[in-house]
Amino acid sequence: MDIKVNVRESEGDAYVVDLTGEIDVYTSPKVKDAITELIDQEHYNLVINLEKVRYIDSTGLGVLIGGLKRVREHGGSVNLVCTNPQIKKIFDITGLVKIFGIFDDEQSAMKALV
Amino acid sequence: MNPALQPSSSQSHGTVELRIPGRAEWVAVARLAVAAVASRLRFSVDEIEDIKLAIAEACTNSIQAAGGKDAGAIEIVCDALEDELRVTVRDSASGPHLDVVKADTDDGSRTEELGIFLIRALMDQVDYSADPRRGTELIMVKRVSA
Repeated sequence: MDIKVNVRESEGDAYVVDLTGEIDVYTSPKVKDAITELIDQEHYNLVINLEKVRYIDSTGLGVLIGGLKRVREHGGSVNLVCTNPQIKKIFDITGLVKIFGIFDDEQSAMKALV
Repeated sequence: MNPALQPSSSQSHGTVELRIPGRAEWVAVARLAVAAVASRLRFSVDEIEDIKLAIAEACTNSIQAAGGKDAGAIEIVCDALEDELRVTVRDSASGPHLDVVKADTDDGSRTEELGIFLIRALMDQVDYSADPRRGTELIMVKRVSA
């Protein structure tokens, strides 16, 4: 079980974090490190692409929430790309659909950034 | 024990026991093993995903309760019954688990609360007991819906 993290610059100051694999208590520190590094470099508008994520648990959600809180302190935003029904269900159950912008494709997520 | 969690009278299809080291890298093994047991019953794919996540959250909770120290072994017992799967997760930690709201993590999130919330939301019955000498035990039941 592993997670692949790819960070790339997109339009304007926005960055996209592509994640592939499973995000759990073992792999989430790698995701956290990537997001923290971007924020430390003062990139506050992020799209996190979960299209190729097969599984996420509470530690993964915690990393995303932590990232969102930090970028909001600087007037930024985190939008998610997610089409996996099981993962969408987790965001629904936890109420996180209300705090994250969740989109079906990267273009929409990018357009909706502040 | 919660009366609703008394063993079901329905026929047992078997019991599977697994012990994993209480470390993060082993949680995936636990969730995949329990998913394999669940697939022997008539659960839908979505229900099996629910069970996988709940078991992973329980194991993660045991690991996090150890506060970075070695959590010892985590024991997972799956009782596959005719119409339900009963999973018991035991650890040797006597510290606070489910009923305690932990302090915020460094990034301001409370993942323990989220994990517990998910377990309760995804499983049909949840019971928890802690004993300073024997450790903690979490029993989760998922019933076949169809």
